[in-house]
Amino acid sequence: MTAPLDLLDLDPSLTEEERQIRDVVRQLIDDRVRPHVADWYEEGRVPARELAREFGKLGLLGMHLTGYGCAGASAVAYGLACQELEAGDSGVRSLVSVQGSLAMYAIWRYGSEEQKQRWLPSMATGEAIGCFGLTEPDHGSDPASMATRARRDGDDWVLTGGKMWITNAPIADVGVIWARTDEGVRGFAVPMDTPGVTAREIHRKMSLRASVTGEIVLDDVRLPADAQLPEAVGLKAPLSCLTEARYGIVWGSVGAARDCLETALAYATTRTQFGRPLAGFQLTQAKLADMAVELVKGQLLALHLGRLADAGRLKPEQVSVGKLNNVREALAIARQCRTILGANGVSGEYPVMRHANNLESVLTYEGTSEIHQLVVGQRLTGVSAFA
Amino acid sequence: MNIVVLVKQVPDSGADRNLRNDDNTVDRGSANNVINEMDEYAIEEALKIKEAHGGEVTILTMGPDRATESIRKALSMGPDKAVHVVDDALHGSCAVATSKVLAAALGQLNADLVICGAESTDGRVQVMPHMIAERLGVAALTGARKLTVDGGTLTVERQTEEGYEVITAATPAVVSVWDTINEPRYPSFKGIMAAKKKPVQTLSLADLGVAPTEVGFDGATSAVVEHSKRPPRSGGAKITDEGEGGVKLVEFLATEKFV
Ligand SMILES: Cc1cc2nc3c(=O)[nH]c(=O)nc-3n(C[C@@H](O)[C@H](O)[C@H](O)COP(=O)(O)OP(=O)(O)OC[C@H]3O[C@@H](n4cnc5c(N)ncnc54)[C@H](O)[C@@H]3O)c2cc1C
Ligand SMILES: Cc1cc2nc3c(=O)[nH]c(=O)nc-3n(C[C@H](O)[C@H](O)[C@H](O)COP(=O)(O)OP(=O)(O)OC[C@H]3O[C@@H](n4cnc5c(N)ncnc54)[C@H](O)[C@@H]3O)c2cc1C
Repeated sequence: MTAPLDLLDLDPSLTEEERQIRDVVRQLIDDRVRPHVADWYEEGRVPARELAREFGKLGLLGMHLTGYGCAGASAVAYGLACQELEAGDSGVRSLVSVQGSLAMYAIWRYGSEEQKQRWLPSMATGEAIGCFGLTEPDHGSDPASMATRARRDGDDWVLTGGKMWITNAPIADVGVIWARTDEGVRGFAVPMDTPGVTAREIHRKMSLRASVTGEIVLDDVRLPADAQLPEAVGLKAPLSCLTEARYGIVWGSVGAARDCLETALAYATTRTQFGRPLAGFQLTQAKLADMAVELVKGQLLALHLGRLADAGRLKPEQVSVGKLNNVREALAIARQCRTILGANGVSGEYPVMRHANNLESVLTYEGTSEIHQLVVGQRLTGVSAFA
Repeated sequence: MNIVVLVKQVPDSGADRNLRNDDNTVDRGSANNVINEMDEYAIEEALKIKEAHGGEVTILTMGPDRATESIRKALSMGPDKAVHVVDDALHGSCAVATSKVLAAALGQLNADLVICGAESTDGRVQVMPHMIAERLGVAALTGARKLTVDGGTLTVERQTEEGYEVITAATPAVVSVWDTINEPRYPSFKGIMAAKKKPVQTLSLADLGVAPTEVGFDGATSAVVEHSKRPPRSGGAKITDEGEGGVKLVEFLATEKFV
């Protein structure tokens, strides 16, 4: 929370440890991401493995999990880290979210001891990269109707189907793949080099370009019995993983917004038109004030949810409130900041348009805004309006 | 090897820094205080030696209460423990007095090797390693860009304007380092969380057997009598080249007596 934007003086509400974790992530992003991310974005590629190892060294991967080489940090510390990561780039934050909150969390929460020993330590260091396959070409918001099947064959499992829009799939060593069985939805830790698994990269994305996204085809993939995550029973298992990752987005989206606002603020105070800095026009100040207000509200909301999580009281619908509000407002801030930068707003020399484009993905994944409205609506009315 | 790293808390050199108007000392109260940058390189070097040869790394800081934040930060990089010399009477200490206090503390720590930064960003006097070595009666290997440890022998590449000198000495010794020596690690999250539990011993002047009159304003061998703020940067002259730009440039340099 950079000084002028920390209007509410939130800094002292953080512990020294939380601030140190935030500061070291900010430093790492300044050193290793900011100087390169515009190029990665333009070229549509990112040195994900290299970054994963750097992040692993710090302890970012699965940082809120305990044991197996994970740091065991608080939810607030994890959130602050996400804020700094996404102030760099949403794609870079996605790398960490998918690894820690989706793939590692699924194995940590639902895996057998052997599965944890096999995967978690190397995923924590970034040596092994994970992905999380829930979405399918024909089933996005409604994963309950997924078509991917896992059937028993002796002791083995055989998986058939396909997953779409899977972050990190083309580079992953292990995929946590969700499939329908005769007993309902189950999860599998699938080594991505298993015969029958192919992962193709999705090109021509106009958003999240500094992140690898892929399509997974599962063609009679034979897995030993011990590939199944024994504790994951039913759709609530993958949904609980999504709640973990969404929590990170509540914080992350605010980071992207903060970076936009910092940029716009600096621009407005130095760019002169009609003989005075843009910041001197009342219309600009109104924009800046409204955005700063939304930013600090988002930060307060994130911090509140974080404290609830650390007290063990965070509920999924509260995460929905956070994701719905903070991503929506972050996107609005990014678009508004873009106007302040004029033509420079559409340039990759400034981070604003990149953030705005990224936030379009963030608005859609981990439950679209509409889905979170339905979650909150159901909580308010007691009536499900999903189908 | 028992290594002590000297770490000083200084006002962030990237921000506005001031001297206090009441007593002409560095204004630490309103500043964002950080670890003296060069000292991070000293910590890194100590950790590398420990990783290669075993032993223990201790942080030694003289500074006010709030220096604990920098001590925790230093510990989060990996050192084992810290000693914090804190005493109200220390305020206003000069370099000579500082070296007396640090040397007294080092006398209790039994170090084989003392590593410090070559200079601090607030004092910038570059004297601490020499003064401390002198007081301890050990060798001073200063301005290192490379340090090799072979048993009880230290070899240093000493950075100079023209290149470097190779000097060796036996332990115990004091080594000061430049930022060319290594690339300090980021504190890991585990390191940050573990730092909370690492022992930090605080020592007063009485614990060190140093009299309050030997330090602070009373014991200062020199005093800052007066200070004033650097004048604000004036606008500067902008020369637009309309054919005679070169002539104007020379005229400017001549009136400013640069040529
Ligand atoms: C003439 C003179 C007058 C001064 N008067 C005052 C005064 O009135 N009031 C005042 O507040 N200050 C004063 N100072 C500053 C004084 O406090 C010292 O200069 C300072 O503490 C000594 O360190 P340095 O940073 O200047 O040394 P340097 O030699 O530049 O520092 C080298 C290294 O020594 C180590 N080191 C230095 N200081 C410490 C420390 N405290 N703890 C642990 N390690 C350390 C660090 O590793 C550092 O990188 C004065 C200095 C001088 C030279
Ligand atoms: C860059 C990127 C990375 C991704 N990474 C992953 C990943 O790693 N793993 C993974 O499993 N998935 C991933 N996804 C997929 C993402 O989770 C889905 O795109 C998302 O769940 C929406 O599904 P859909 O795209 O099929 O849209 P649809 O479900 O077809 O929705 C289209 C529109 O209809 C609306 N809608 C749908 N149902 C309703 C309803 N009941 N009421 C009102 N409106 C409704 C939606 O809100 C949306 O506006 C990623 C997506 C992107 C863009």
